[in-house]
Amino acid sequence: MRPLTKCKLNWMPVFIAAVCLVFSSAAFCGAAEKNYKIGGIFSVTGPASFLGDPEKKSMEMAVEQINNNGGIDGHMIEAVIYDTEGDPSKAVMSVSKLINRDRVLAIIGPSRTPTSLAVIPRVQQSEIPFISCAAGNKIVEPVKPWVFKTAQSDILAVASIYQHIKNQGMKALGIITVENAFGESGKEQLLDQAPEFGLQVVRSETFGGKDSDMTAQLTKIRKEGPDAIICWGTNPGPAVVAKNIDQLGIDIPLYQSHGVASPKFIELAGKAAEDILLPTGKILVADLLPESDPQKRVLTDYIKGYENRYDTSVSGFGGYAYDAVNLLAKALEGTGGDRGQIRKNLENIKGHVGVSGVFNFTPADHNGLDPDAFVMVRIKNGTWTLVK
Amino acid sequence: MDNRSNWHRIAYAALIVIVVLTGMLVSNAYHLQLLTFIGINTLLALGLNMLMGYAGQISLGHAAFYGIGAYTTAILTVHYAISPWLALPAAILIAMAIAYIVGVPTLKLSGYYLGMGTLGFGMIVHILFREWSGVTGGASGFIGIPPLELGPVSFSSGRNYFYLVWAIVLLSLIICRRIIDSRLGRGLRSIHDGEKAARAVGVNTGKLKLQVFVLSAAFSALAGFLYAHLVYFISPGTFDFITSIRIVTMVVIGGMASIWGALLGASLLTLLPEWLHSFSEFEMVVYGLILMSVMIFLPQGLTRGLMDIYERSKRQPDR
Amino acid sequence: MQEVLQYIFSGITSGAIYAVIAVGFSMLYNSTELINFAHGEFVMLGALSFVTLSGPFQLPLLPAFILSVAGVAVIGMLFERLAIRTVRTPNPIVLIIITVGASIFLKGVGMLIWGKDAHTMPPFSGHPPLDIAGAKLLAQSLWIVAILFITVAGLHLFYKKTLTGKAMEACAISQKAAWLTGIPSKFMVLLAFGLSTGMGAVAGVIISPITMSSYDMGTMLGLKGFCAAMLGGLGSLWGSVIGGLLLGILEALGVGLVSSGLKDATAFLLLLFILYVRPSGIIGSVEVERF
Repeated sequence: MRPLTKCKLNWMPVFIAAVCLVFSSAAFCGAAEKNYKIGGIFSVTGPASFLGDPEKKSMEMAVEQINNNGGIDGHMIEAVIYDTEGDPSKAVMSVSKLINRDRVLAIIGPSRTPTSLAVIPRVQQSEIPFISCAAGNKIVEPVKPWVFKTAQSDILAVASIYQHIKNQGMKALGIITVENAFGESGKEQLLDQAPEFGLQVVRSETFGGKDSDMTAQLTKIRKEGPDAIICWGTNPGPAVVAKNIDQLGIDIPLYQSHGVASPKFIELAGKAAEDILLPTGKILVADLLPESDPQKRVLTDYIKGYENRYDTSVSGFGGYAYDAVNLLAKALEGTGGDRGQIRKNLENIKGHVGVSGVFNFTPADHNGLDPDAFVMVRIKNGTWTLVK
Repeated sequence: MDNRSNWHRIAYAALIVIVVLTGMLVSNAYHLQLLTFIGINTLLALGLNMLMGYAGQISLGHAAFYGIGAYTTAILTVHYAISPWLALPAAILIAMAIAYIVGVPTLKLSGYYLGMGTLGFGMIVHILFREWSGVTGGASGFIGIPPLELGPVSFSSGRNYFYLVWAIVLLSLIICRRIIDSRLGRGLRSIHDGEKAARAVGVNTGKLKLQVFVLSAAFSALAGFLYAHLVYFISPGTFDFITSIRIVTMVVIGGMASIWGALLGASLLTLLPEWLHSFSEFEMVVYGLILMSVMIFLPQGLTRGLMDIYERSKRQPDR
Repeated sequence: MQEVLQYIFSGITSGAIYAVIAVGFSMLYNSTELINFAHGEFVMLGALSFVTLSGPFQLPLLPAFILSVAGVAVIGMLFERLAIRTVRTPNPIVLIIITVGASIFLKGVGMLIWGKDAHTMPPFSGHPPLDIAGAKLLAQSLWIVAILFITVAGLHLFYKKTLTGKAMEACAISQKAAWLTGIPSKFMVLLAFGLSTGMGAVAGVIISPITMSSYDMGTMLGLKGFCAAMLGGLGSLWGSVIGGLLLGILEALGVGLVSSGLKDATAFLLLLFILYVRPSGIIGSVEVERF
């Protein structure tokens, strides 16, 4: 008798559970079909992981925030993210996988300029909205209909530095750039824009990203007697440059690029980081910004969200992906998932306040940022200070 | 011997059927692209296999020829607006000429020293791609390589390109088979088994080694040409030391001195990273472990290793 | 003139590091005729474990130094025991692929343990740079050169004066003959691996204060060290030292007097040159097989 009752008692919840399961899974399936899928490709590992890793994390965070607020027009966003390892062939494969297998509505872009350039023909061919997170100017110049980007172009970074140098009344410059796409693009801009500001590059040197010592190049630059040195690279090379300049006792201002705009740089360069000047998105100095700054609220929200979620300090790079997701979310509204409509909406976004600046896309400008996106900062006592 | 060539003929026919069927049945452009990459990698592995597997000469710089093929067609088609079909022979000939010039002094070395010589050559070419930015586009890469077109047929679609690449792969497999069964091939194998003995019986080993080196450079350049017109973009990073090592790995894992080994090795090493994606952070660790285990347990490569296991299992009941 | 002196100083610093790496290559080649493509990864392990031990674990420099070198040497011996010795047909190509596999594996492990970021640490001593005729010589450079010569002299004495060292030399000449005279040749190979990877770790330790260490630092260092070893003559201890210093100085002079873009090319052009002209290296003792 007893086993039977037990049996009876136990059957009921199982039945209920089963029914629930069937219905919930049905509901879940329904929801999954209504989800807006967006793709992400970042160099999460490989030499540019310092970019890709925070970008991936920021994308996941932004998607979660949007979904917590009810999604877009009732649709949840689903992110599919692949690792390119910074390799153009892998990036092309990932894009093809996102477009053809995952059938995403839009792609948020690779972290590096070469990987971005490699996938552009694919996204153009497949007519899929694409927002790159890389710095290189070639990505949106000339404008391609389906290609946008959120990272500040190196044109703006160079302009900020040169404006500052010009204001100090300096003339002769020595530049030292890293031997990769970032450094090369920076070098091009530095050489191009110098005459506009009445400056002269007296010596241009390069260094390998993994070199352990740059004193030879710096000695060569010192010989020409420049008023300032500009170093263009991403961690860790520029930290070695900073140390070497300190060791050689070269006593002229050192400017770095936005490529080192993360607390990691100060940690690596140590006391050699003192007094270095660099242009950066406002993220590094968010707490120093006046309340009136339009970006202040977005920045503090982003930093708080990121640091709470991942328990690491924020870098200047994750914001590119964060902005891209939010821009895309804005463009997705009311489209019902039509890619042409998304593209058109993206192109017409005005006054979007993001982490990297205020975006104003136009058919002729797919980066949408102005020089205000950058501020000059000086490293003092191991932290950033705003330079007027 | 007759039995063996029959077997090969069946294998070719089977491969043709498989390629045609795949082209018809696979509708997903991503899978087609993956298969196209496998085809390109097969060409690379095939070229190097001729050198390593049959002549027993190692090269750790084959990515240089791959890159020379890709950059030649890129420069000719974009800077000089030459038709890709004219750029193709140019790419192959330039790679062959460079292989000849480099091969004369380098192939006098052997063993590790040869490995190092080719490695040095590969590194120098890689640095050249990066530093000669006026011509090669530098580290940012070379954009705007045109898609291939042949009269009304455009190869910009994934399916057509897949057919093109695999037709070339099939042709190359047959050419390689022909060479291996020719006088040249026998000479090569004699070098592999013992260079001194080969010379003693009158084989001009120096000339043969150079010929096969130039031939494998031609295959690599062909692969480079196909890569450039598939991706429309090239950058120095694609043709670095790691790529050279990857090609060697394809040859060794697949099985040396076997043209089917090249196919198997290229397929596995192209697919492996795709499968390993799910390991994310552990990808490198797993990849390294797989590489080491295959070499420890099946040093002859997978084709030979699996065949041995198969034969052993067949022999077992007889005992 | 002041510039040239500065170029030579910076050349000596990087050259000494190449030399330590080259010594590791040479020692292994000497006893096993094997080239370890994972050698650069052992440099990376040495550097990162040293940074961790002296940073977060706050060990004094010397114990941290000894511990990280010993630790890496143990890993090297494990690698020999588990991967190299188990190979059934030890031909060069198979061994190259195994060491390449090991290098990818170790890089992956390094990334899992230390993450993707670079790490650094302060120099061994806080002395300001020396000023010699207007050129600056870092205190750390002196440390590096001193450690190079101490370790190489130590190894030299070990090979010439101790029984184990002589046994290893015997193995290097002929493993079979050595085995016949009762030398445990397998153990000697194991020891050679330990010493060689230990030297890699020494290179990592001395480099860690002047540069930034990260999981992917090993490949280029390994290749440069290899060029240095070839330059001096593969298998020769002092040849590696000369090769390393020469490579470093030529690289720095190349940057200073020609162009910085060609810095990495210098090493490989030298490599090709030496291979074509004198494959046994500057003071090579090994006869190169040219058939």
